Amino acid sequence: MLSRVARRTYWMARYIERAENTARLVNTYHFLLLDLPRGTHIGWEILPVITGGYALFSEQYQRHDERNTVKFLLADSTNPGSLLNSIAAARENGRTSREVLPGQAWEQINELQLYANARIGDALPRRGRFEFLTEIIQHCQQLTGLLAGTMSHDHAYDFVRIGRNLERADMTTRVVDIGAMSMQNPDDVGGLDVHVWTSMLRALNAYQMYRKDIQLGVHCADVVSYLLQNDYLPRSVAHCLDQIEECIGDLPRHQDTLKPVREARRRVGRIKPEKLDAVSLHTEVDRLQVGISAIHNQIGKTWFA
Amino acid sequence: MTIDWKNYNPGEFYDELISTPGYARAPARNLTAWLRSLSDEDLQARKLDAELAIIDKGVTFTVYSDGENIDRAWPFDIIPRVMPIREWRNIEAGLKQRLQALNLFIDDLYHEQKIIGDGVIPESLIAESKGFRKECIGINPAHKVWAHICGSDLVRDCDGTVYVLEDNLRVPSGVSYMIENREVTKRILPELFENNTILPVDNYPDKLLEMLVSISPSRRKHPEVAVLTPGIYNSAYFEHAFLARSMGAELVEGADLMVDEDDYVYMKTINGLARVDVIYRRIDDLFLDPEVFLPESALGVPGLMRAWRKGHVALANAPGCGVADDKVVYSYVPDIIRYYLDEDALLPNVPTYRCNEPKEREHVLANLESMVVKPANESGGYGMLVGPQSTAREREEFRRLVSSNPRNYIGQPALRLSTAPTLCDHTVEPRHLDLRPFILQGAETYVTAGGLTRVAMKSGSLVVNSSQGGGSKDTWIVDNEGG
Repeated sequence: MLSRVARRTYWMARYIERAENTARLVNTYHFLLLDLPRGTHIGWEILPVITGGYALFSEQYQRHDERNTVKFLLADSTNPGSLLNSIAAARENGRTSREVLPGQAWEQINELQLYANARIGDALPRRGRFEFLTEIIQHCQQLTGLLAGTMSHDHAYDFVRIGRNLERADMTTRVVDIGAMSMQNPDDVGGLDVHVWTSMLRALNAYQMYRKDIQLGVHCADVVSYLLQNDYLPRSVAHCLDQIEECIGDLPRHQDTLKPVREARRRVGRIKPEKLDAVSLHTEVDRLQVGISAIHNQIGKTWFA
Repeated sequence: MTIDWKNYNPGEFYDELISTPGYARAPARNLTAWLRSLSDEDLQARKLDAELAIIDKGVTFTVYSDGENIDRAWPFDIIPRVMPIREWRNIEAGLKQRLQALNLFIDDLYHEQKIIGDGVIPESLIAESKGFRKECIGINPAHKVWAHICGSDLVRDCDGTVYVLEDNLRVPSGVSYMIENREVTKRILPELFENNTILPVDNYPDKLLEMLVSISPSRRKHPEVAVLTPGIYNSAYFEHAFLARSMGAELVEGADLMVDEDDYVYMKTINGLARVDVIYRRIDDLFLDPEVFLPESALGVPGLMRAWRKGHVALANAPGCGVADDKVVYSYVPDIIRYYLDEDALLPNVPTYRCNEPKEREHVLANLESMVVKPANESGGYGMLVGPQSTAREREEFRRLVSSNPRNYIGQPALRLSTAPTLCDHTVEPRHLDLRPFILQGAETYVTAGGLTRVAMKSGSLVVNSSQGGGSKDTWIVDNEGG
């Protein structure tokens, strides 16, 4: 398999996943803020911080209100991580690796982009946002399912899975980080935590599974453990890393790349959520993100060079 | 309303299917009778089926000026063009003869230039040729073949004579559409294949691969073959991907390849570097190797020419073969055939006036209204004057162009291209067409059964290029006599 085609399938999968995650995050946050009492310190500006675009956001917008944040995350053409840009990048990568993709997948990506560009205006005011984002999430999931169900599960598909899972792991760490930030204010009225962590579970489509598996109430340490360490939750960091390890094991010349994956996996396993406060949780999350980007760099060095 | 062939009148033109109103030519009789048996509704339904099949199969071509939406569905007319096998065998022999002679000619030009020494072709012609590459002098490609893949354009004049209009030796395209057209016809008109013996066309990718393997410099049993494309923005990208897929070859871009210190060519794969033996390149000479040609080319591979000169990789077509794809050289092809093969040309050239010869130039300039004037080195119908359809102003412009650079122009009498019945909205009308067969030469020489028929969809128009509103037809070589 050509390195260029491997790189493009990897990025296509990452961008599809990123688009879905961004849609999910904005959707969840939208509902969380509706639930919180007035005057809480949690605001929209956390999202640009979490997605790594805060500097750019501050540069572009004076007012960090809902409208501007949502616009920045979904529609802004200067934000490389915006929903529209992610979809465009997924399409561009798909377009240039068409020889390994099922024909229908290409049609689906096209449709996704047509829909997103045509209806993005609906997502900026609150009224149409939910419907738009739900539609985007469904499109992305269809695409993921289509690839799983129709593409040969060969090396090209390994790169799809690696891209998808690395992006998922990355997003999960960011969501946990939102939780950590919301814990930082000691003046918070009790009960706020529950709202925040429930929302974070929802952002990762994990609330129902959490309830089924954990049953007890929503507590910070349980949620953190669930999102980072659960073996079965598709978006837990541990699960994503296991998937990545499996795919990498299939690929030629994988020794150097297995190392950072196993290292990150060990680090996740060692975390003791019940002993963490806001600051140390943030530090752990930070380290995991460094580990994830080390995996990404090594993948590039080994197979895309 | 069903088709009434009595109302179909091609006028002064030679029609490929209908000899006089109401009478079909022998090889087309099954086809025309069957078409007449269809109701208008049925005909329209089949047309729609064809359009859907083309969209389904993703058969597209690319238009540069179309902005974002650059892939367009391939335009296709459902009524096939039919030729009898006996006529085709002559054409086939003529095309093989032509390409074999042209390859000997190119090889001679890059070695002793005997043909110039013997006074058959003037030296100035080569000295001023845009396609001649001094970097290729003295190189010995396998089998002495430089142009491995050739797409020659054939046209038929009103007296029925088939002429070679031009030979495309650089990077001819269209063969994938020939194959797809047949696929679509089989889907939408399956009944016709029962009563007609139609030569198949879908073995082309096998023949192409066979040819490419036959020029491999390595002794490996399964040489690595790659198709080199300029990328998705190229108008023929669909074809590049199609051919690579059909041959099981890698589709590569310049950046996927590298020439290592050992002067071999490698492609970058997830397994590391993998050696490439044969490259079917679909990019022009000047973009091939920035170390030798255009230094700013990002499409090519630095060092590729070095590897080729050392015989470490085969390039099809070989760099420099465009020297024979020059409309002034074209005018000498009958002489070239006689010189190298000691045979008369089996297929005639269109009479051609060379503007660098004063008498012939005068003739062209005096008869601009009835001539087609073409630049020597363009393709795709660009930069030419079609006399009968030109304005006085355009003719003045060409008078100036020809006088200032006579070597770069030739003139030909405007031919009255043949027609074939074409489905236009709800009627069947005559439309002009040409034919591009594809010829392969490696260890052996092969010609496609028929080729790509291109048809001008506008009434009276002679422009068949798909970028300028042209369509296409399936082309049948039928063997109904053989039994």
